[in-house]
Amino acid sequence: MKYSKQLLVEAYKTMTTIRQFEERMIKEFMAGNIPGFVHTYDGQEAVGVGVCMHLSDEDIIGSTHRGHGHCIAKGCDIELMILEIMGKSGGLCKGKGGSMHIADMDKGMLGANAIVGGGPPLVNGAALSMKTLGKPDVAVSFSGDGSSNQGTVMEALNLAGVLDLPHFFVFENNHLAEGTGDEYAVSGGIAERVRAFDIPCDKVDGTDFFAVYEASKKAIKHCRSGKGPYGIEADVIRYDGHFIGDPQAYRGEGELEYLREHKDCLKIFRARVTSEGWMSDTELDELDQHAADAIEKGVQRGLAAPQPSADELYSDVYSSY
Amino acid sequence: MSNAGISAGNQNHPIKTVREAINEALHQEMERDPTVIILGEEVAGGAGCKGSDEAYGGVFGLTKGLGPRFGRGRVIDTPITESAIIGAAAGAANTGLRPVAELMFVDFIGVCFDQIFNQAAKFRYMFGGKATTPMVIRATAGAGLRAAAQHSSMLHPVLTHMPGLKVVMPSNAYDAKGLMIQAIRDNDPVCFLEHKLLYETSCPVPDEIYTIPFGEAAFCREGSDCTIVAMGAMVPRAILVADKLAAEGIHCDVIDPRTTSPLDSEAILESVEVSGRLVVVDEANPRCSVAADISSIVAEHAFSALRAPIKCVTAPHTPVPFAPNLEDAYMPSEARIEQAVRDVLGAR
Ligand SMILES: Cc1ncc(C[n+]2csc(CCOP(=O)(O)OP(=O)(O)O)c2C)c(N)n1
Ligand SMILES: [Mg+2]
Repeated sequence: MKYSKQLLVEAYKTMTTIRQFEERMIKEFMAGNIPGFVHTYDGQEAVGVGVCMHLSDEDIIGSTHRGHGHCIAKGCDIELMILEIMGKSGGLCKGKGGSMHIADMDKGMLGANAIVGGGPPLVNGAALSMKTLGKPDVAVSFSGDGSSNQGTVMEALNLAGVLDLPHFFVFENNHLAEGTGDEYAVSGGIAERVRAFDIPCDKVDGTDFFAVYEASKKAIKHCRSGKGPYGIEADVIRYDGHFIGDPQAYRGEGELEYLREHKDCLKIFRARVTSEGWMSDTELDELDQHAADAIEKGVQRGLAAPQPSADELYSDVYSSY
Repeated sequence: MSNAGISAGNQNHPIKTVREAINEALHQEMERDPTVIILGEEVAGGAGCKGSDEAYGGVFGLTKGLGPRFGRGRVIDTPITESAIIGAAAGAANTGLRPVAELMFVDFIGVCFDQIFNQAAKFRYMFGGKATTPMVIRATAGAGLRAAAQHSSMLHPVLTHMPGLKVVMPSNAYDAKGLMIQAIRDNDPVCFLEHKLLYETSCPVPDEIYTIPFGEAAFCREGSDCTIVAMGAMVPRAILVADKLAAEGIHCDVIDPRTTSPLDSEAILESVEVSGRLVVVDEANPRCSVAADISSIVAEHAFSALRAPIKCVTAPHTPVPFAPNLEDAYMPSEARIEQAVRDVLGAR
């Protein structure tokens, strides 16, 4: 067997947790239990998990508006995430950040980011800390195809290249930025852009956990060994709307059905591990059930939790008037 | 000074929402003037997907229909690239076009601030009057949708601070249409801030083209007991308070400046000369704010008329919190406005 059982279990457990977490967030949002704007990560699990399985709490990730999956993959507590996403007391950010600003510094999760392209410059800073303090850690930024068009992202690439920072740039190309396709909005290619900064960049099938896992292993080894930044462009799909409630009129006839049938990274994982004889359907089903139970428990806790206390409005800022 | 504002749309006019009124203004100006163009993210509807290219019309639907009507040469979908959007608008404005650029949320102005503050705002002065920059930056602003810290700011104080920019904040559909047409025809860069909570509010709006000049406040309610100055989404709240107090025999002027740059300070000063009492209601953070500015203008020029300390009802000096109970406490409420009016009336 090419992969240890422990690794396979961990990978599937995390991917199914993310999938079911997002499906449940959609349900709870529709039921009016989640305020605000929520962007779900379902469909892209293989990327977040394939990358973060190589990371420890000391390593740092910088996420996007679509951050739940990155949080879970980085080890954030799902109950505290649910409290946060519901705007409740005790949430990861005390209910003050919400889905778009969820963060957990203890887990090396530098934050979701509601400003497209806001993350990579910050992750350069995390990488600079590591390099300056002589740590062997790596900093990882996640960006979308849409995000790859921001000047901030290109500036971050250049600076990472100039300073040889241990920054792993992960581009998740789901071919959509809201209702704009990469075919229209990205002039040239994403991997080609990264390479233009003299940063190696591999294209990888983002629906295949094992492909992402292997590519990330190589990239992270490169970064940790002081050779500077590395990139991947993962070809993925967005499995749902841009945000929960998106009517998705920009989808083609039968597009979603096709993607769900043929490009679902969980189905692809299951087919691979069962056909290789690495895991059985029963084992996988059990992991599904465990994840469902944990999420159910978190949702019940979230629903029952109190709102943040009124004085939290004035806390965590240097001065209030 | 004018009495336009909410009462100006005559009851015979069709009822339109703020969203429809702005959309109509954009249609009419693009029709009239071929140099008017629109650019921004998904303003034409989105592009490069397998399905409809008209899924959007701006994410809040403000530019809906313009792409199909005027074509993608004049209604331009851009990548996510705010610096390039605003820079292109500013450069085009200097060279013959009248661009209306959309920032989906005013918070994203952080990404493109240089193009506004160092470039567009300064050209006319810096180039000795030899450049004009007739551009409009439309942006959705304000709290109330649980969109949290990076999608809920009110940044009119920052923009009002900058010489060269004009800053418009409509509080109702009638004003929104007239002010948008004025903004497009204006020869300076105009920041047009649309509050999220107002998009679906409606009032009578004429089908005809009309403009509302900048720097002319609207008197939404009249009364000599207290002057309430309110902006944007705070105007309907101030009006509700004024109407409630009127039933008790307390009559307030409710003044909506409509533009914070230029500011109709004359209207405010004239009102305070009569009432002797001022409450300023503004959703922005309080320090170095428009509310603080209005207070200082009144203190400087109408000090002897004041019979009570000025009260400002604003957001606290914090970012916008996510949790609904905290966000509700963040925004100036009718209860806080009412209390402030009672406080200034009670003071001797
Ligand atoms: C600076 C900025 N501009 C625009 C937006 C609005 N917005 C949020 S997500 C998004 C699309 C992002 O696309 P992509 O980077 O491909 O990420 P995906 O949504 O596909 O995960 C846009 C335009 C924003 N949040 N910040
Ligand atoms: Mg995308």
